[in-house]
Amino acid sequence: MSTVLASAPAAPVAPPPRDRRFSLPILLLVIAGGLVALAAVRAITGANDLTSHGAVRAALQSAVPIGLAGLGGLWAERAGVVNIGLEGQMIFGTWFGAWAGFHWGPWAGVLAAVAGGALGGLLHALATVTFGVDHIISGVAITILAGGATRYLSQLAFQGLPGGGVTQSPPVPELPRLSVPGASVLDRVERAHWFLASDLAGILRGALTDVSTLTIVAALLVPLTFWVLWRTAFGLRLRSVGENPHAAESLGVNVYRYKYYGVVISGALAGLGGAFLSMVASSIYRESQTGGRGYIGLAAMIFGNWRPGGLASGALLFGYTDALQLRGGSQSVHALLLFLAFVLAAVGLWQVLRGRRTVGAVAIGAAVLVGLWYATTDAIPAEFVQAAPHITTLVVLALASQRLRMPAADGQRYRRGG
Amino acid sequence: MSAPWVRLLPRLLAPVGALLIAAAISSIALLISNQDPATAFSSMIEYGTRPESLVSILNRSIDLYIGGVAVAIGFRMNLFNIGVDGQYRLASLAAASLGAAPFLQWLPGVLRILVIVLIAMVVGAFWAGVAALLKVTRGVSEVISTIMLNFIGGQLVAYLLTTNHLGVQAKGSNDVATPLLPKDSWISGIPLIPDARSEVNGFIVVAVGVGVAYWFVLGRTRFGFDLRASGQNATSAVASGVNARRMVLYAMLLSGAVAGLVGMSQLLGERHAHTTSVGGLGFTAIGIALLGRNSPVGIALAALLWAFLDRSALILDLNEIPKEIVTIMQGTTVLAVVVAYELAERISRRGQQRRAGATVSEPDPRQPSEVPA
Repeated sequence: MSTVLASAPAAPVAPPPRDRRFSLPILLLVIAGGLVALAAVRAITGANDLTSHGAVRAALQSAVPIGLAGLGGLWAERAGVVNIGLEGQMIFGTWFGAWAGFHWGPWAGVLAAVAGGALGGLLHALATVTFGVDHIISGVAITILAGGATRYLSQLAFQGLPGGGVTQSPPVPELPRLSVPGASVLDRVERAHWFLASDLAGILRGALTDVSTLTIVAALLVPLTFWVLWRTAFGLRLRSVGENPHAAESLGVNVYRYKYYGVVISGALAGLGGAFLSMVASSIYRESQTGGRGYIGLAAMIFGNWRPGGLASGALLFGYTDALQLRGGSQSVHALLLFLAFVLAAVGLWQVLRGRRTVGAVAIGAAVLVGLWYATTDAIPAEFVQAAPHITTLVVLALASQRLRMPAADGQRYRRGG
Repeated sequence: MSAPWVRLLPRLLAPVGALLIAAAISSIALLISNQDPATAFSSMIEYGTRPESLVSILNRSIDLYIGGVAVAIGFRMNLFNIGVDGQYRLASLAAASLGAAPFLQWLPGVLRILVIVLIAMVVGAFWAGVAALLKVTRGVSEVISTIMLNFIGGQLVAYLLTTNHLGVQAKGSNDVATPLLPKDSWISGIPLIPDARSEVNGFIVVAVGVGVAYWFVLGRTRFGFDLRASGQNATSAVASGVNARRMVLYAMLLSGAVAGLVGMSQLLGERHAHTTSVGGLGFTAIGIALLGRNSPVGIALAALLWAFLDRSALILDLNEIPKEIVTIMQGTTVLAVVVAYELAERISRRGQQRRAGATVSEPDPRQPSEVPA
């Protein structure tokens, strides 16, 4: 069976569609342009927190659980199973991470969280693949179950421990944090508040110092996922199951087994995201700590068009707005309005230059409105900032849903021989 | 012959079997934590059937039932309205503030109740309509959009329910709520349960009405037929002249309007204001719609069961049994019911196929060889 598909990658699948996606130079150009614009906004508004190392560090910390959940969603959906139970699997991850972390140290916690999430994934696979239950229904049921089960388990395992109770665990030991030696030199550059130089220094310092090992693991999982799913025979088979299970079956792929692989790995990644929440982001398990990050992860995955790189940038974007708001930066979020106005104006001009007048006009009009909003107010209510990732998701979906392409057999039930 | 029974049996067995499985799993969980399942269950049943408990169960199941119906309307057409939570929170806030607003005070009490309920339905439908529009015009999956709208709605409510906007702070309390509704638009209770000191919330009448309307509209009207047809086979529904986009829009608006009613029993019959504690029933409503298999009676039974578990859990703590066991029961029941129905359907389908195969092949198996002539 292993030889059946091994030769396939060389066949028509090989040339990836390049026409619509950014090529690398253009991508770098866009990133550089964004950086310059952000630096300009910081210089104009004086909202130094926009590119401070603290904000970048917090953004990474917010982005990791979202990104891990998104990766989880990617693995399941590439195998054709919608995993809306990510939230539930993440809840398992937070609980098992804290529980094992408290008893046997942080790395045991990470392993237990991965196992707990994988167990949730296994349950989802059992319901959807073996029993053919609707994917959304099973996912919702698992999320309900996870909330109840962890609460019951907390009652048994945390009640009576120092600091523990029905809704929270005792403090959990931290995972080691790493810094690139010498990166603290950037400190002086950052504090000088030079245009662009200080911004770059802040970003580098945030990304290179005091980084949790789990953040590094998460960052490595993104290219690893790409490599496994797009560069190995295993990945090709898994994706073929999500695109056209009947064809895959006819070529000798065990569709059920690959769906199981995808969904269990998906749960494991969500569990890892949960471990990050209870062991790195805060050193304690708390009930409803996930706060819907499983869903945001799913949104980041859709935002990223079911690709690892795209979902990582989506997670970073959501993480960044989240971080600014967490740092009480209604000033910096207010400054972001100016940035948004810049971006919208740039997009509008670009569209007009390409001959799409209406789209461009709408974008420029929106830029003017956002600019006016910036000019006439001093701050944005914290509630709006908290809703920013969700609003972004809706806007992105509304604008880009025509260009997104999910796996062809995503969310469909598959019966062998049916 | 016994054919209808053969077909019905797996369908009846499914919920019973699922309940047994859920009870078994909860028993195992109890045994692991060194508790006796028998005493736990019997004390739950004893406590849950006291008159006071029955009132509280009925009151709680009002909201659960309406929420379940709201979700079920979507389910009947393969739409997932996961946004019931956001819809009814916004609806309750809008209805509570407008109902207490000075410019509506000239209305007589009964009319104002009607207006309040209408506002709630319109706001609920509006919030669901956002998701419907996104789906119809831009092809955005309602699963994601309603989840996002839940969060956005929650933040919007948090923003509006501050003393700067719609909220007022009660004296000597930290809680912010909308102003109390005038007394003439409170709904009085119904002394439904004899021997109970409290009364059943009067809004239960509306809940029953919602159930009847759901049964009638979906089962007995052209619109309901179109809706179910689009849910079961969208392609063939479109082929027979159903406007699929319009059906999505209508179904979602209807679901949202019903969802808007979820908070009304609390607003009109109990708290008389929108407080910060409103919310959180959306996911439960999905579980209840699943348990009840989208049937008006089934959802009612599911809501009552859920409310019974919620209420009877209170006694467990007194017996030093963690009451959280109940949430496990609820979760496993949903999962087991879903799986059990899937299996039952599979078995009955196989039985049908076998019977169909038998009737086709039995009469004279040699006939094909005689056909060529």
